[in-house]
Amino acid sequence: MSELRFEGATVRFGSRRHGHVAVDDVDLVVPSGTVVGLVGESGSGKSTLARAAVGLAPLTAGRVLADGRPVPRHGRRPVQMVFQDPFASLDPRMTVGESVAEAIPRGFPGGRAGGASRRAEASRLAGLVGLPDGVVDSYPARLSGGQRQRVALARALAGRPQVIIADEITSALDVSTQGAVLNVVRDLQRELRLSMLFISHNLAVVRYVSDVVAVMRAGQIVECGPAERVLAAPGHEYTRELLAAVPRPGSVLTAED
Amino acid sequence: MRTVARRARPARSRSSIGRAPGGTGGYSVRPPGRHWGRSLRTPLGACAAALLAVMALIAVLAPVLWTGTANAFDTSAILRGPSPAHWAGTNNLGQDVFFQVLVATRLTAALALAATAIGVGTGLLLGTAPLVLGRRAGRVITAVVNIAVAFPALLLALFFAVIFGVGARGALLAIGFASAPTFARLTRTLSASVAGLDYIAAARIAGVSRVRLLTRHVLPNIGETLIVNATISAGDALLSFAGLSFLGLGVQAPSYDWGKLLYDGLNGIYVHPVAALAPGIAVILAGLAFNLFGEAMARALGVPELAGGAIVRAARTGRGARRARAAASPGSTPSTAPPFSPTEPDDCVLSVRDLRVSFPGGVHPVRGVSLTLRRGEAVGVVGESGSGKSLTALAIARLLEPPAAITADQVRLLGHDLLPLSPGGTNGVSPRTPRGAPDGKARVSGTRPRGVDRHFLGTSLGMVFQDPMTSFNPVRQVGGQLAEVATQHQGMTRRQAAARAVDRLRAVRIPGPERRYRQFPHELSGGMRQRAMIGMAVMGSPALVIADEPTTALDVTVQRQVLRLIKSIQAADDLALLFISHDITVVGQVCDRVLVMYAGRIVESLPSAALAASARHPYTRALLAAVPSMETDREQPLAVVPGRPADPADVRPGCAFAPRCAFADDQCRAADPVLATAGDGHQVACWHPQAAPAPITLLSGAAAAPASPTTPATPADARETT
Repeated sequence: MSELRFEGATVRFGSRRHGHVAVDDVDLVVPSGTVVGLVGESGSGKSTLARAAVGLAPLTAGRVLADGRPVPRHGRRPVQMVFQDPFASLDPRMTVGESVAEAIPRGFPGGRAGGASRRAEASRLAGLVGLPDGVVDSYPARLSGGQRQRVALARALAGRPQVIIADEITSALDVSTQGAVLNVVRDLQRELRLSMLFISHNLAVVRYVSDVVAVMRAGQIVECGPAERVLAAPGHEYTRELLAAVPRPGSVLTAED
Repeated sequence: MRTVARRARPARSRSSIGRAPGGTGGYSVRPPGRHWGRSLRTPLGACAAALLAVMALIAVLAPVLWTGTANAFDTSAILRGPSPAHWAGTNNLGQDVFFQVLVATRLTAALALAATAIGVGTGLLLGTAPLVLGRRAGRVITAVVNIAVAFPALLLALFFAVIFGVGARGALLAIGFASAPTFARLTRTLSASVAGLDYIAAARIAGVSRVRLLTRHVLPNIGETLIVNATISAGDALLSFAGLSFLGLGVQAPSYDWGKLLYDGLNGIYVHPVAALAPGIAVILAGLAFNLFGEAMARALGVPELAGGAIVRAARTGRGARRARAAASPGSTPSTAPPFSPTEPDDCVLSVRDLRVSFPGGVHPVRGVSLTLRRGEAVGVVGESGSGKSLTALAIARLLEPPAAITADQVRLLGHDLLPLSPGGTNGVSPRTPRGAPDGKARVSGTRPRGVDRHFLGTSLGMVFQDPMTSFNPVRQVGGQLAEVATQHQGMTRRQAAARAVDRLRAVRIPGPERRYRQFPHELSGGMRQRAMIGMAVMGSPALVIADEPTTALDVTVQRQVLRLIKSIQAADDLALLFISHDITVVGQVCDRVLVMYAGRIVESLPSAALAASARHPYTRALLAAVPSMETDREQPLAVVPGRPADPADVRPGCAFAPRCAFADDQCRAADPVLATAGDGHQVACWHPQAAPAPITLLSGAAAAPASPTTPATPADARETT
């Protein structure tokens, strides 16, 4: 695995005068083998930053580098992504095995001219994310939300990425399933030394998986640092505000401030 | 040309029972949405298919068998009327019109199909080109197609007929190309909606080429709709051909199709009308066959693919409906109404006893829920998706529509029966609804409340939904939608209602309420919209507010503001609050009492303060343990509930949580525990309620060794296994 680096990344939608700057001059590094958690409210530009990293949103200015090389806008990307919505992220007309195998690059086992059978390789990847063997022959309609997210994770791994971006991958899941998916992410990251940009609006979830936490607001990174430091001693007012708003078990919410 | 757009995917929402049902019988290898056979089983589909089959048979056989008969000149019988020898008479050359109509079937059908093929082929090319060629070229093509769509198809056909020359070939090209723009537009619209989905983005990132994207992902997912529309447009092409030939622009002598025969027959229509009517009837029958077949397929395909599909299908065949009635009959499922005291407290606002919701096909998402809310009390209902918590709320608010069936011993709001018990009740209920069922349970098949009920509900009950964007009408001003409550239910004038709405917007702390009153929903932020929604809920003077996942769509900071607002409004007006959420932490913060639901039943009811320390049901504990907090140990795996949520369509005997529970034994799998008192204000439905503070223990799979309620089992690495 290797590092992902944003250098002055800017994404503007619309015209220069009337447009909306979704990502504003962001410098951010996801070091090799670490998980960087990105938090912020909806509309802060987290997802646009992710889409810019894989070439789905065009950069107005700046660069996104994977291992020192710019991420291409066409063809296979060195950065793979797992999406938020488990019900839209798998083709309903392809089996799980086909979906996963499609992402295997040419020349790798299971890919074209790669030797091993595609099904066997898809099966291996499915096993890696804790899915039972029979799953590769089933269609997504038969899978639960948590299982679909694991398939999406297996597909991302199939692309032999240098970096994985997880965009709100647990926010559409129930708490019990969320835990299972987070456990898989954590175990995989430790086993494979994945570099990962983990995006979520849930601070507790980000805290659980991340080594570094970056806080985004209105398109800008307002604070970035080691997870313990940022969450224990936040330097920016907005981070403090976010931390204060996290519901804590056992506390009672009063009507007034 | 008509276009039939199909409902793409079942709606995805927390409250929808259509969300992927837990398939218990292993993994299906069958792709979703192969419903071709089903369309043939409806009367409409069967008729259309039979007509098409007969037409195909005639098209194949008639020219082989009867070409000689049809083309034979009989100069002794020119322009005769119908006779035993010539059923539809003869034409001006003495040829038999009936056999000519039969023989012309092949040419007519072949031309129609060929024109459709040209139209569909060209349409597909033009419609998918923007995806393959990229943005700039795509825009040009889309613009050209949009302009072409604006011209009437018949005008285009006449224009092409002039260019390609008069004759069958010209007509074929004309009709083919004239139908292409509509098809291109349809293809473009459908493929654009699919191309925006995440799985296409994922494939692009993985380096899948554009052509492969089109053939592997886009076309298979829009194919069914395109085929349906192609079938319908074949019928249209057939009619257009008849029209062009009739105008003399189509098939020329000595060949003949139905249009040409119609044209010939019309010359003598006053002398013997049958010669014109025979080809006319053939055109009508064939056109109907194509169109009805397309409609039947469209209807079959328009059914949602997942659970909803099965439900609707079962209802339509009638079999499922009968089964549902049998399942809902008294005694088939044991009532586990908890021992609530029969006398209600004086300040009781809502009292629900043994509420059940079922759908045709034996789906029981709510199975006997009882709850009581006092004035000023906040009660939370928590559970995973599919636990029946939202359906419970919707059933109480009478917002469920058929085919949902609601039964209950009692649903009373402020002492007013919401489900009528006796035929003499004052509540207007649809005559279809059986009143006063023999078992004494009220039964309502999800009808809208009427009359007295409607106004009573409109003023006494406020609802706040999950998504404030979809619960407001996007084309009306926010204030007007609030004021409507007062003019509809409280008999206020428009001016009074507007004043009340502004007052309510102020009450929910929206700055500048007079200005916001005149704004549209999209001009408000998500949090602001949810505040306005709460304002609408308290427009009347409700005694009860039901909030269904009110903050799930909001950010944490906004969530806290909205929760505070709900608390303060509740305190100010002494409201009863029924708060539904999947987030047990939020429920614990907001509510006085928490009801935990699993598989349509309340499995535990306890004071919020006791939640962390003395929850006794294994499911409640699992929920508490599964939520990562700011104090969770990062070195330990998170606790998870193994297995899958119970399937409301497949309710087994015994405790519904048993297959996922580490403490389950034979008793759990045989009998369903009732909600029993387990302490002060604490009730639990479990054979093995866990003793107070014990480590959360969950084992993989259902085969875990049963543990005695008093000895805490050893902590195990709880990993979801399926």
